Amino acid sequence: MTHIFLNNVCVDFPIYNSTTGRSLKNHLMQAATGGRMGSNEQGHVVVKALHDICLDLKEGDRLGVLGHNGAGKSTLLRVISGVYAPTGGSIEVQGKVTSLIDLNLGMDSEATGIENIYLRGALLGFNRRWLSAKIKEITDFAGIGDFIEMPLRTYSTGMQMRLAFSIATMQQPEILVMDEWLTVGDAEFQEKAQQRLSEIVKKTSILVIATHSPALVEQVCNRMIRLERGALITE
Amino acid sequence: MALMFKLFKTGWRDIFAALKGYELAGVLGWQDIRQRYRRSSFGPFWLTISMGVLIGALSLVFGNLFGTPMKEFLPFLTIGLILWTLISTALNEGCVGFTTAEAMIKQISLPLFTHILRVLWRNLIIFAHNLVIYPLVLIVFWVPLPANALLAIVGLLLLIINLSWMSLILGVFCTRYRDVPQIIANLLQVCFYLTPIIWMPNLLPKRASILLLNANPFFHLIEIVRAPLLGSFPSALNWQVGILLAIAGWIFTIIFYGRFRSRIAYWL
Repeated sequence: MTHIFLNNVCVDFPIYNSTTGRSLKNHLMQAATGGRMGSNEQGHVVVKALHDICLDLKEGDRLGVLGHNGAGKSTLLRVISGVYAPTGGSIEVQGKVTSLIDLNLGMDSEATGIENIYLRGALLGFNRRWLSAKIKEITDFAGIGDFIEMPLRTYSTGMQMRLAFSIATMQQPEILVMDEWLTVGDAEFQEKAQQRLSEIVKKTSILVIATHSPALVEQVCNRMIRLERGALITE
Repeated sequence: MALMFKLFKTGWRDIFAALKGYELAGVLGWQDIRQRYRRSSFGPFWLTISMGVLIGALSLVFGNLFGTPMKEFLPFLTIGLILWTLISTALNEGCVGFTTAEAMIKQISLPLFTHILRVLWRNLIIFAHNLVIYPLVLIVFWVPLPANALLAIVGLLLLIINLSWMSLILGVFCTRYRDVPQIIANLLQVCFYLTPIIWMPNLLPKRASILLLNANPFFHLIEIVRAPLLGSFPSALNWQVGILLAIAGWIFTIIFYGRFRSRIAYWL
């Protein structure tokens, strides 16, 4: 039973190397986008990235998160995936969160495709034995062929993306967190990738996707929130 | 007290999860070594070679300077220098363990101690490469491996346990205060000269030795590994300091870590 519950979640980033005096800070507070600025008890400048967010997501929910740049979308995704512990309020997550955000994270361009499968796979929480059994499947899906034995730097950008995508989508996630819908590779691969992604999204218990596209929300989501300067404005 | 206990539990949960997922730290640590020495034919043995050259040069200068027989001085210097390299790089790299893993910490939720384990593992691999020099020295002087050398394994374990908490607490602290790594690097440099590594403790006048040796935790930590390898036994005090440091250090570190763990991502 998967469940995500955010209760008055606030996220304040302390900015220690900001030398901005009060006046500039006040000036910045007028800015139309970005989090609000303020100061915490110790007098440090803080950026209030999220403010009093309440959310209750249950099995079957597909949440689209809309908002301008700097509205707090990515921060919200990171709070849900456990990267940031809220500075105020609380969060409860039941189920394993998989984030398909930076697919290339941890890849090494000097290492071969196979080494990268182990490396990326380990970061995604797969063990070596499981990965060994999946190498062929991953290689086939990515359409890498014999290049899998070659260093990643010999790959084209498209090939790298295809490999990264194939590794990341090997396993069905329980809770899936995405920043925009993924599109990778050329026309042919894109079709294959879209099919797999749609399938994963369909089977995932809870989906949270940040996007700029209301059309995408319309298409895959059954719930929508809009963030503005760190606050939740519509649900 | 109840708060302390709660913090301890929070800290321990992360550390336990990291230990359970040791495989990831292992993969990342190996990867670091591979990355550094890719396309080099000697790979990490370059470190062994340069360490060997350093030991040779230092033994020439200091062995003669102190008038110690090489048969005695060279094994002493070899083990001391190899151990010190482990200690100083583990601590220096522990300082930046979290900051260098910034991209990873900000993208995926992992037990954060994993990043410190990665640093430790990487340095243990390098240590193992450097250790090759020790049997070579034994062969050169045709001395047998002392019978109590096995005891050095216990000492090494204790040293690693101590290095783990030190790296972790330094990592947390240095993420928040970015000047600290420089200070630590400097302090370690000083400790290198204060600790008997290139000079032998018996050269010290009696009174100086109490202050320079017994008040120096690194002396005890090195001694519990070095003494057995040189065929003698570490003193009771060496063991006591090593064990007490490990226990007190870990308890304090876990509580400290429990308090600040969730802030690390914010400090990056």
